[in-house]
Amino acid sequence: MRPILLQGHERSLTQIKFNADGDLLFSCSKDNVINVWYSHNGERLGTYEGTNGTVWTVDVDPESKYLISGAADNTLRLWSVRTGKNLYTWEFPTAVKRVAFNENGTRVVCITEQRMGHQCAIRVFQISHEGDGTKQSKEPLYMFNPIGSKATVCAFTLTPDVIITGHESGKVALFNVKSGEEIDNNERAHSDVVTDLQMSKDWTYCITSSKDKAARIHDTKNLMVIKTFTTETPLNSAALAPNRPYVLLGGGQEAMNVTTTSLRQGKFETRFWHKVFEEEIGRVKGHFGPINTIAVHPAGTSYASGGEDGFVRVHHFDDSYFKAKPYGDLEIID
Amino acid sequence: MPEATKQVDDGIDYADIENKYQVQYDDGFDNLVVVDGIPIIDKSKLDRLLTKITKEFNKRGVSVKQDDIFLPWDDASGKSKGYMFVEFKNENDANLALVNLDNYPFDARHTFRVNRFTDIERYADLDETYVEPELEEYTPREHLRAWLADPQGRDQYVTYRGDEVNIHWHGKPSQSEVAHKPDWKDFLYVAWSPSGTYIATLHRQGVRLWGGPSWKPQQRFAHPLVKLIDFSPCEQYLVTWSNEPIVVPEGAVQGPQYFSPDDEGNNLAVWDIKSGDLLRTFSTYNEGDPPSGKKQMQWPALKWSPDDKYVARITPGQMISVYELPSMYLEGKKSLKIEGVVDFEWCPLGEKDREETNAVNGVKTSKKAKENTLAYWTPEVQNQPARVTLLAFPSRAIMRQKNLFNVTECKLYWQNQGDFLCVKVDRHTKTKKSIFCNLEIFRMREKDCPVEVVELKDTVMDFSWEPKGERFAIVSSSDPNLGNPGPGVTIKTDVSFYQLDRSKNDFRLLRTLPSRTSNAIRWSPRGRHVVLATVGSSSKSELEFWDLDFNSDDRKEGATEWGSGIQLLGTADHYGVTDVEWDPSGRYLATSASAWTHTLENGYAIWDFRGQEIVKFIQDRFKQFIWRPRPPTLLSKEKQKQIRKNLREYSRAFDEEDAAEESNVSAELIALRKRLVDEWNAWRILRKKELGEERLQKLKGKEDSKEEIEVWVDEVIEQTEEIITE
Repeated sequence: MRPILLQGHERSLTQIKFNADGDLLFSCSKDNVINVWYSHNGERLGTYEGTNGTVWTVDVDPESKYLISGAADNTLRLWSVRTGKNLYTWEFPTAVKRVAFNENGTRVVCITEQRMGHQCAIRVFQISHEGDGTKQSKEPLYMFNPIGSKATVCAFTLTPDVIITGHESGKVALFNVKSGEEIDNNERAHSDVVTDLQMSKDWTYCITSSKDKAARIHDTKNLMVIKTFTTETPLNSAALAPNRPYVLLGGGQEAMNVTTTSLRQGKFETRFWHKVFEEEIGRVKGHFGPINTIAVHPAGTSYASGGEDGFVRVHHFDDSYFKAKPYGDLEIID
Repeated sequence: MPEATKQVDDGIDYADIENKYQVQYDDGFDNLVVVDGIPIIDKSKLDRLLTKITKEFNKRGVSVKQDDIFLPWDDASGKSKGYMFVEFKNENDANLALVNLDNYPFDARHTFRVNRFTDIERYADLDETYVEPELEEYTPREHLRAWLADPQGRDQYVTYRGDEVNIHWHGKPSQSEVAHKPDWKDFLYVAWSPSGTYIATLHRQGVRLWGGPSWKPQQRFAHPLVKLIDFSPCEQYLVTWSNEPIVVPEGAVQGPQYFSPDDEGNNLAVWDIKSGDLLRTFSTYNEGDPPSGKKQMQWPALKWSPDDKYVARITPGQMISVYELPSMYLEGKKSLKIEGVVDFEWCPLGEKDREETNAVNGVKTSKKAKENTLAYWTPEVQNQPARVTLLAFPSRAIMRQKNLFNVTECKLYWQNQGDFLCVKVDRHTKTKKSIFCNLEIFRMREKDCPVEVVELKDTVMDFSWEPKGERFAIVSSSDPNLGNPGPGVTIKTDVSFYQLDRSKNDFRLLRTLPSRTSNAIRWSPRGRHVVLATVGSSSKSELEFWDLDFNSDDRKEGATEWGSGIQLLGTADHYGVTDVEWDPSGRYLATSASAWTHTLENGYAIWDFRGQEIVKFIQDRFKQFIWRPRPPTLLSKEKQKQIRKNLREYSRAFDEEDAAEESNVSAELIALRKRLVDEWNAWRILRKKELGEERLQKLKGKEDSKEEIEVWVDEVIEQTEEIITE
């Protein structure tokens, strides 16, 4: 099917996210606005305005009630998905680079940037669902500074109070947020910045992408690398396709080098790789800048990619995608 | 003072230490020489003799006093014994006497023979019994061409990426494997010898050759800071070049394999590969050149005759110097003085010539072996026209000469069998404003070498003969950008094929392919197939695979329409391609993008002759890809013909092999995939189990509840009651 082009941003995309039901798609960009779209037809439902800087990251709770966003104006904001109202704002000394809800939407983890003498910090907030959500505790539930290389991405795991993080050095680690203690790490998960981390549907494994041109599937329990997908371009995002044994990788050469090279060298395609065989299956062209973020519909029926070019492209998979068995009859457990 | 030595009181034997540190006293006889050949005299003549001898000694610059001479006396006969001892002040004087007075004619019958006293003593004490020298055990050397005996008949290639060299086998997918992974360190690049026997690496210290099935070091040539090398065609000699002049430091190792002080200042060296000996060095700086002249050096600086018998070197504008091998003396003791000579080329040896020479060498016939041929050209000087000359060597007889007019530049292209010579003449119009091109083609196999001229309007950028064929291809261009290359400028070109028309005996155009960007012609080493490539462009990188005998498998049929056999087999694209090379069999083509030229998508690809991609590797820091060359076939013409005739029978066996291979590969692959899936599934099941039923149910539940439920909600938004009164 022809992709749906979402032209709602004036600057490059930073993150896109489907809600748990997959009917809504949230996108945030460097133009300070968060948009929400109907994922099936690309109609814009509304915007979340009020941020005074690049919105770096966004996440939505499982009930699609609250939206959390982190931005370069040093704020972490809680929004009402339905009304678009800014329910609560936390302020920090530095920009918020990554946010994530836990499994049931009761907690939020956020990473703040290391800058101006402030260390990179990881904070966990309790989100109160009482009332209209405007009454939140100002102070974080837990806070700690990860030692060593700064964290770039994070997510909750199934174990209570344990988060998984990806770091600038390429390290992937498990932290206990209560004590700030590093439980486990894989220093050599990647050899360059970890750019994205997305959890599997059952939260038992995750996929990371990195500027070192590789994406890897990790077991969240022991951080063992299960699969490695090596491409020839720096990767900005990696996503898992539910119900089908594929992973989606996006990237392209650095935005700063784009103007000096032609489109064909840019490698601005979304790459589909076989999750188990570690082989590339296909590519989807379309963006004319590097792909910054990829998200897959929770039911695996469509995917969206957001690029440096300021566009989001929503692709609904054709029937053949579900029927095709490029490797014969092999049953692969999701 | 306590006695230090010899006191072995505590039972320790110090003998070894004592031996080691014992002071070696000077024997003290080094200043003593024995002079033989003294006249035998009576006592009465002693004084006169001694006076005469001291006088003679002093005359030769060796000062000696009568007191220093001792003349042994035979008391029985009362005569001298005919020799004497002379004691000098020091060893140096003794040496001087040795040099100056040995073999000195004292008078008509007596000649002095001077020897060191210590030498005489040593030889007198010499053990007379003959000891047979121990025979070194014969260790068979590895066969340097072992790779040709590969049962699958595969070719090899070398890749150089980062600091890593790999030698690969190229065959069917299951047979393509790394043949050798050498641990060579710190070198500039690698190069094969012309028949593939050796591989050379260029190190700081010099060149090293490797070979044999185990890739052992075979030879080394100590030429520090070597930058370029060139093998002779028969792999007997090697030429090395460095931009730094040779410096022989004091105390450097001397020997036939090393530079001697005489070589200082030169920078070009010729070596014998088998012995490793240095044959001769040259300097590439010509006398009279401005010392800082940044002129492009021609490489190879020394051009080899195809039989390795001669090597020639040009002094531009003056002469060609031909040296004989292996002595490296100037042939005929004089150079070929040619006023204004610009360039020259040796005629290559064709297969026919090779057979003939072999026949001549084998059986002593009266027929003389064919001489080497040299072609050179001289530009227009004053009233003299430009001239291309064919010269037989070593007879130095001029075979053919052709005058040319309005010449800007000439380039000499030999067909690889030596059947034709094409001189590409860039000519200018009278106003010298525009340049056009003539191809002067010499037919070498006919009497007096008749010349054919092909006139062209455009500038010819590249010319290439079909190996073993009668066709050639040219790249021409009338693009105004030609000659001033800029970034992003890709020059439009036309590619044309010409063939010798047997009936008319001239070269006729087969076909022109207009408006291409191709700038490189690569003929398959077996002829027939040709690849046109756009190399070194940042925007275009097309490869076109052409077949020139598409209609007829047998070229001799000939009756088909002129030029109808040209067929495009396929096109391909290798982004950023810098090098295009056929494998020695002409079945595969390798293209590579080297990090030496640019850093975009470095790596290499191998294609079949139809343009189907077989493998492609994108590897950053990729530098070099070279097929291993093959020596010429040992099969006779008849044998080859026979094989070609029975090709169908042979191919059946190969087809079967291919089929077996295919099914084998897929079976292996399927097994591998099965294993991967099993591993994955086992891991998933384990994790799911740990997750617990509850959570799974929850997840499932989410999915199940996904069925669409359409609910119509009627909402009363507003209700107003209006009372309508009449």
